[in-house]
Amino acid sequence: MTPVFPFAAIVGQEEMKRALLIAAVDPRIGGVMVFGDRGTGKSTAVRALSQLLPPIRAVAGCPFNCMPDRSTCPVPCGRKRGRATAEVRPVPFVDLPLGATEDRVVGSLDLEAALTTGEKRFEPGLLARAHRGFLYVDEVNLLEDHIVDLLLDVAVSGTCIVEREGLSVRHPARFQLIGSGNPEEGELRPQLLDRFALSVEVRTPTDINERIEIVRRRDAFEHDPQKFVEDWRRADAAVARSVARGRRRLDSIAVPDEVLALGARLCSELGADGLRGELTLMRASRAAAALGRTDEVTSHHVAEVAPMALRHRLRRNPLDETGSGARIARALEMLLAA
Amino acid sequence: MKEAAVAAAEQRWSDALAAARLLATLPFGIGGARVRARPGPARDAFMEALLGGLQAGTPVVRIPAGADVDRLVGGLDLAATLGAGRPLISTGLLARASGGVLVLPMAERLEPAAAALVATALERNEVADRLGRPHRAQFLLIALDEGEGEEAIAPVLAERLAVHLELEGLRPRPQLLQEPGCPVDREAGLAALADLSEALGIGSVRALVLALATARALADGAQLPLAEGDLALAARLVLVPRAWRWPDAEDQPDETPRPPQSPESSDAPGPEAADLAELLVEAARALLPPDLTVAEPKAGSRYAAGAGRGGGRAHAAPRRGRPVGVRAAVPRAGQRLALVETLKAAAPWQALRQREHPRPGRFQVRRQDMRVHRLKRPAQSTTIFLVDASGSAALARLGEAKGAVELLLARAYVRRDEVALVAFRGAAAELLLPPTRSLARARRALADLPGGGGTPIARALELAGDLALGCRARGRTPTLVLLSDCRANVARADGLDAMEDAEAAARALQLAGIASILIDTAPRPRAEGPRLARAMGARHVPLPRVEAERVVAAVANGQ
Repeated sequence: MTPVFPFAAIVGQEEMKRALLIAAVDPRIGGVMVFGDRGTGKSTAVRALSQLLPPIRAVAGCPFNCMPDRSTCPVPCGRKRGRATAEVRPVPFVDLPLGATEDRVVGSLDLEAALTTGEKRFEPGLLARAHRGFLYVDEVNLLEDHIVDLLLDVAVSGTCIVEREGLSVRHPARFQLIGSGNPEEGELRPQLLDRFALSVEVRTPTDINERIEIVRRRDAFEHDPQKFVEDWRRADAAVARSVARGRRRLDSIAVPDEVLALGARLCSELGADGLRGELTLMRASRAAAALGRTDEVTSHHVAEVAPMALRHRLRRNPLDETGSGARIARALEMLLAA
Repeated sequence: MKEAAVAAAEQRWSDALAAARLLATLPFGIGGARVRARPGPARDAFMEALLGGLQAGTPVVRIPAGADVDRLVGGLDLAATLGAGRPLISTGLLARASGGVLVLPMAERLEPAAAALVATALERNEVADRLGRPHRAQFLLIALDEGEGEEAIAPVLAERLAVHLELEGLRPRPQLLQEPGCPVDREAGLAALADLSEALGIGSVRALVLALATARALADGAQLPLAEGDLALAARLVLVPRAWRWPDAEDQPDETPRPPQSPESSDAPGPEAADLAELLVEAARALLPPDLTVAEPKAGSRYAAGAGRGGGRAHAAPRRGRPVGVRAAVPRAGQRLALVETLKAAAPWQALRQREHPRPGRFQVRRQDMRVHRLKRPAQSTTIFLVDASGSAALARLGEAKGAVELLLARAYVRRDEVALVAFRGAAAELLLPPTRSLARARRALADLPGGGGTPIARALELAGDLALGCRARGRTPTLVLLSDCRANVARADGLDAMEDAEAAARALQLAGIASILIDTAPRPRAEGPRLARAMGARHVPLPRVEAERVVAAVANGQ
């Protein structure tokens, strides 16, 4: 296995790392959209996170990442003598490449089987492999329209339905969609943008010392990856523990009424469309509280996650470029002072 | 001045040879090199130096023109499998190049999907084939960029290649001797490179990582400790080509507080980081082109990457899009076999074929049975605005034109069309906004539109024509919208009558078959407007007082 750059060793990019951890604690929150220039460590961070998370239990050899105690697999997998053998595997991390064709994404007829034995078998696509894991789409704003439609469909329903080439298959596909892209190169359709729960902006670091540190660590990693991973193992493990703790505590965190009211007032003040903003705000604040040591959500947690949850939901007019970050900060200040 | 230019050329050639020697030692960590040059003696000499320096038996794989994702990645070769009746796997080109060199000629024409794939392979050192199996793919990429002008290799690939060489115009000559210089501590070297990249305005941290890796590879290749000469050469090969501005004369390299040196390095003899940085800056200054202007880096010019000049990349059938039916053909590069249709076409002939050529248990498929998917992309259009920003157009009309463009942008956003903006005034026409769907950029370009000066209509039409042909080559339908009062007073060359020159340029547009609309903003009806429109083959829409909504309506009706 090629060693992966450790999550804890990533320099800077605090907002992005925080958003990813929040999404990891509560997968129901939804995906994360990372806006930013090339070469800012976006895919490194997501890949590192997927390595960090506790491995999942799945049926041995099942390409759909089926859970051992459920029988939702479209292809009977590993059911030898009526029992499915379970195995432990790392959280799936799937890259959706820029030129992906529909049949690679959704799955298609298994050609080797069809041509050699004449069997009609379904070859799972990228969505099947991403089930219970992360689907990372780089340059999501350049994605083909019909692939975007497909992703939206599956993201909403959680099921991938394939009806083509004589196949009729339906399999679960619940994954965290992490998208990255540079808005300078094209606009993201509003339906897809809305599908992302949280959004963050990353910029190339300008502080020269930070840049030197990034290069230093990258160089050390390339020089001796095993040693580097070993050196950061403890820090990484601490992050993994905090995520695991967060997941355990999530259901016991209380959301007081004042905090709910704050969230609602904030969204209405900013004119965020629909209710998804408030729901995301509440879920994300709870996840943020779970990552810490408190037992209930406070206005601080709301203030922390508000930019991530709301900055991409505020544009009234596609040409409106007024900085949403500033608007959110002002609104928060006003509401918290009151 | 001339001696300086000659000396710079000699240095560049010398550096290129040094780079060739370095690449021959296969330093995979630096990704590879991008060589910008047309085929010629300089490029040949460089490749010879590189390939000649490789150890015997090193795999060298050349990517053929028009190679698509399937060939790069490998996997089941469908057409061959059907023909032979048993699975025939073809090894992808990337896996075949593992442990050696991958040469990519005409790099600027590589399709974006393939470029993204190669970039990912460079980063992860492995590639997954069509069947999903991972293969080791650690190679050095030599991208031969033959693009002219704006055409260039895809940025996603270019930024992962450490060395950028510009060989155009260089003549092969004997190599200069490089002085190695004093040994340098790695921390000091890193700090100096960081200072230099800051001075040159290079934002990307990856460039800095690659520069350091190149310096180390140079030192390791000679089996000597890291020295000044290595840093200077790495700076010239990696950082200088990515420079966006001149290093400021007043900028002192040691202004920012330096992190404390680690204890082990304090006893190593070597120059101070500040001196080193100055050394590198001087070396860089000698090589920077004198006309490097202070400008913001163009974020991903989509128009440039992959756009063919003239009749370059005319795809008869689009490679991506929704499948709409099949047609009979043997699958070639980029076309996907429609398996079920193929089998259905071959099925009725089995009995006959078995009798003629008995092959028990095999399904016999012939060439005439093969079917490929037909893909369809929705026709997308690009609207090119030509705005007269000269003195003859009032400032208010300029404001209205901008307003119209904004409204059209909003409309284009919904319909997924692109908009481009060309402004003309004084003696020149300028492409202010290359075709883009990005509203962020459109906004910014519009805000900066200046006014005043002469009216060079001919030049503007010429520029717009080039742009439109480029759009067409990319498969989009261009529409030109000219907003002007048509009072041309600047011709493309001295001695020509401005109006006649404008009409000549307009006729060229009509011959090229580019749809256009002329929005005449002259305050009183004049003969020039309709005449120019006739020459362009455009619809003439007189709007003495330009109003944004009416412009939008005119364009909407015209499309």
